[in-house]
Amino acid sequence: MASSAPTTAIDEFADKATTMQKVQTLLHRYPWLSPIVVLALLIVIFVFLGQVMGVGDLDNFILPGTISLVLQQTVIVGTLAIAQTIVILTAGIDLSIGAIMVLSQMFMANLAVYATASNVTFLAGQNPVLAVAVGIVVATLASSLNGFLIVRFNLPPFIVTLGTLSIFTALTLILFKARTIQGKEFPDFLGLLGTGFQIGPFTFTLGLLVMLALYAIFSYALRGTAWGTHVYAVGDDPAAAELSGINVRRVLFSVYCVAGFIIGIAAWITIGRLDAASPNVAPDINLETITAVVIGGTSLFGGRGRLIGTLLGTLIIVVLDFGLSLAGLDQAYRVLAIGVLVIAAVAVDQWIRKVKA
Amino acid sequence: MSATTTTQPLVQATDLSKSFGRVVGLASCQFELYPGEVCAVVGDNGAGKSTLIKCLSGALTPDAGEMFVSGDRVAFKSTNDARAHGVETVYQTLAVAPALDIAENLYLGREERKKGILGTVFRSLDKKGMRAEATRSLNELGVLTVQSITQPVETLSGGQRQAVAVARAGAFGSQVVILDEPTAALGVNESARVLQLIRDLRDRGMSIILISHNMPQVFEVADRIHVQRLGRRAAVVTPQSHTMNDVVAIMTGAMTVPEEEQQLTAVR
Repeated sequence: MASSAPTTAIDEFADKATTMQKVQTLLHRYPWLSPIVVLALLIVIFVFLGQVMGVGDLDNFILPGTISLVLQQTVIVGTLAIAQTIVILTAGIDLSIGAIMVLSQMFMANLAVYATASNVTFLAGQNPVLAVAVGIVVATLASSLNGFLIVRFNLPPFIVTLGTLSIFTALTLILFKARTIQGKEFPDFLGLLGTGFQIGPFTFTLGLLVMLALYAIFSYALRGTAWGTHVYAVGDDPAAAELSGINVRRVLFSVYCVAGFIIGIAAWITIGRLDAASPNVAPDINLETITAVVIGGTSLFGGRGRLIGTLLGTLIIVVLDFGLSLAGLDQAYRVLAIGVLVIAAVAVDQWIRKVKA
Repeated sequence: MSATTTTQPLVQATDLSKSFGRVVGLASCQFELYPGEVCAVVGDNGAGKSTLIKCLSGALTPDAGEMFVSGDRVAFKSTNDARAHGVETVYQTLAVAPALDIAENLYLGREERKKGILGTVFRSLDKKGMRAEATRSLNELGVLTVQSITQPVETLSGGQRQAVAVARAGAFGSQVVILDEPTAALGVNESARVLQLIRDLRDRGMSIILISHNMPQVFEVADRIHVQRLGRRAAVVTPQSHTMNDVVAIMTGAMTVPEEEQQLTAVR
């Protein structure tokens, strides 16, 4: 009132912003801040409990071997969660990610498996490079079927992928008879991404490098290209995107194709990580990818979030997993903690989205 | 025929018809917009205002009739078609993506890439250039009171969002801006700012079609007033030739204006 300079309504509100409002605005701007805080807190707590309080085996928590294992453990969920993030950014959801991944890796393994092995399925003994390529193509086609159904018939992604989850799971069992193929039954190329290498006291795998490369590539694609802007716009407000001249259907379809390609790479990584291809590799993998995305600060309502948050979300899940089991706690506590985190993350998202100028 | 000018219409529609099943939206409707004028379109609910505007903006394809831009016959199949002919529309919903920032919204659907290999091979966006250009065009319109061009649009006030939407329509070399109820959701001060913005756009040589229910505002900025009734043009008058009561009377059919008393030619 006393001020002589003309103030706009915005200035007046800005002066009155409370600490909470500042936090809200900050989180609105940088949605990956909350997962970084959660991850840092978890690490501090586990290190404190281990080094100072001597709880369970937690003193092993900061050993290079544990850290290496934590990182290696992220590759499967971490890679699939890239695909899940891009789909969720369009306000969609993909429940068939795990089923497509399994279908893809069973194609890879059954094509590459040595023809001399006992009870081989059809087409065995192919070039392993060809087998991996076919697997990636299969994943891309399977996911683009999701995209086709969603775009062509205006079906909700939840329902489409719920349906294809069953369809692809059944297809895997029908084609490949639920047989697990062990690493010794196929050429090394199939397990290539499980290959480890030393840097100082740490052991990394090629799969980890591939995953990080995918994060870099798709972070750039989402934030640095027109395609990425359109993905965000379509998730944010499809009507506005359409009126702005964006071909919403084409963007949506491309998102599912891209997701399929990433799922195919994830299938290859998974074979390397487990040194086997099994149809029941990860029954909970769909929910784990969604968990990683949500904890990472990406909104289930679309249009908001960063890929880097998903990487942090994946790390949170794995760190929690290791920390609690090193502390000697039952597996159930880990499940409990994840549940609390998911609900907290969605609550924070709801709060952030109410931000005002 | 009374006016001496021979200015050709910038946008012209002849005998436009559009039906939705048994509901008639437009019944052989005429429309003209002259260069550099503000032409208000008023009418009761169901008079066919929206249908007319949607045809002109490419959102609907008329069943019959012809449309011309600068004398060339056009048949818009999409809003992008209309845009390519320099006809931009600001929708009542504003059609902005709330989580994207101001610059991203201004360039939504026509992003610009960097020069050279970064743009062609890596498809890298020229964010710096787009932000600079967005700032320039908002400044030029005198509407930039926002803190930052990288602010998400949802953190702006209603009037600021409207300004962003109008700025987007006014940029990119457009000739015609269609504004659908631009002040419907705004307060008194913000409405006044938007009306000023409309005059500024006109003074920069743009032609504006203004759809509004607000008679005082229409009389404040319009050069000509196209009154729509029962799917066709009831009359075209000016704020000087007729009063608000007259216009309401024409809208409801209580009054008819002989063609020689209408303003069917350019006034500017």
